[in-house]
Amino acid sequence: MAKYLLLKHYRGAPEAVNDVPMDRWTPEEVTAHIRYMNDFAARLAETGEFVGEQALAPEGTFVRYDGEGRPPVTDGPFAETKDLVAGWMVIDVDSHERAVELAGELSAAPGAGGKPIHEWLELRPALTQPPTVGE
Amino acid sequence: MDEALPRSLTPGVLGVLVRRGADFAAAEDAVQEALVEAVRVWPTAPPRDPRGWLITVAWRRFLDATRADVARRRREEIVEAEPAPGPAATVDDTLQLYFLCAHPSLTPASAVALTLRAVGGLTTRQIARAYLVPEATMAQRVSRAKRTVSGVRFDQPGDVATVLRVLYLVFNEGYSGEVDLAAEAIRLTRRLSAAIDHPEVAGLLALMLLHHARRASRTAPDGSLVPLAAQDRSRWDTGAIVEGIGILRAALARDRLGEFQAQAAIAALHADARTAGETDWPQIVEWYDELARLTDSPVVRLNRAVAVGEADGPGAGLAALAGVDPSLPRHTAVAAYLHERDGDLARAARLYAEAALKAPNLAERHHLTREAARLNSRRPEGQP
Repeated sequence: MAKYLLLKHYRGAPEAVNDVPMDRWTPEEVTAHIRYMNDFAARLAETGEFVGEQALAPEGTFVRYDGEGRPPVTDGPFAETKDLVAGWMVIDVDSHERAVELAGELSAAPGAGGKPIHEWLELRPALTQPPTVGE
Repeated sequence: MDEALPRSLTPGVLGVLVRRGADFAAAEDAVQEALVEAVRVWPTAPPRDPRGWLITVAWRRFLDATRADVARRRREEIVEAEPAPGPAATVDDTLQLYFLCAHPSLTPASAVALTLRAVGGLTTRQIARAYLVPEATMAQRVSRAKRTVSGVRFDQPGDVATVLRVLYLVFNEGYSGEVDLAAEAIRLTRRLSAAIDHPEVAGLLALMLLHHARRASRTAPDGSLVPLAAQDRSRWDTGAIVEGIGILRAALARDRLGEFQAQAAIAALHADARTAGETDWPQIVEWYDELARLTDSPVVRLNRAVAVGEADGPGAGLAALAGVDPSLPRHTAVAAYLHERDGDLARAARLYAEAALKAPNLAERHHLTREAARLNSRRPEGQP
């Protein structure tokens, strides 16, 4: 099993195919989308492939050490320019192919007009130890 | 076996150990071990005197631990030299523990963890699960907290307001693990209210009961938020409402108003209305005025603007909102609601969408996104 991080972006990822802001959907379309996401996580929990997920706030800050006795430097939120992660989910799957398959499924969540949203999700494998060779 | 029984005895037992000379951190460990032992043994061999049983086992554990630790030799001598305990003043001890666990030297998160463990008798694992953090994280937080207060003398009077703040923090955490923290907070506040005669303790207990009574109706089966006006009021727990209102009335009669009594009065006015339309908004506004005098909190002024909007119309609500710091959480959501009622749908939709991005949790974010979608899908395409 290998762990993968699935990242959903506020911005920074390429545009979704069905790219309509969520507040322009009908309330029913919003509800259907949320239900799809919840069902997806519940199904992965059942298959034992779900590790965790968390939604993130729309702003973030870069922080850097600025030398002995000085407070760290922060760049302040650059909400307009930088890549913004909206949330993450960690899955634990048997293969890279399975991770890609699940990310694809999540990207097919229904959006405006009930059609798949086709948004880009970032998939990042976690580093792991190489398997130890047995005697 | 009633699992709540050993837990309800925790503060009394812990108090006795500390009175006998055990330092707080070691006594707390010993009591936790005794509790675990009780859960194991009591179902098959229930003790005649549960409290006495716990004291004996915990004291033995404490002595074992003290003796095993050579570096603690000196403390052992002090303990052995200590005179035999007199009759234990249980009520006082319990109160002292509440004060100790809410000590001002602790961070709010540490005070909450220590209160749940030392006063509530929960295990570290249960607390960790309720707060969705790893057990090791919570164990560290608890032992740091114990170290922080271990130098505090046990007989100093504490600050009731600090204790109430900690209990209210526990209550607001709701429930996510096997332990219902809201119910736990009510249990602890109930016991505090039995141990101390204080109108604000009664006020907090009433407030918790009145909020808790409406909990089942606050979310739909799919987890989405149901706003107050749309809630199914037949699902409110009338028993808890009656009890809360009774406690509040007795507290108010003593004429020592505080912020929890005022908040409970507002909750009582909501609970009293059979339909949302029957809500006594003018009286709610008056209570918010009292609260603003008592606390001068910007959150109170934000909530007051909502009440003013209901009592005197959205224009008045927006005027009241104008004086509130716009960077407050939920300010944008309140503005969206008031503008919608004022008929400015385009502006309301934009504000709902903005509020959704600032929402503190997913349930609220989804709710606000749906509100924005509701307004936007009502207006013809292309119109601002």
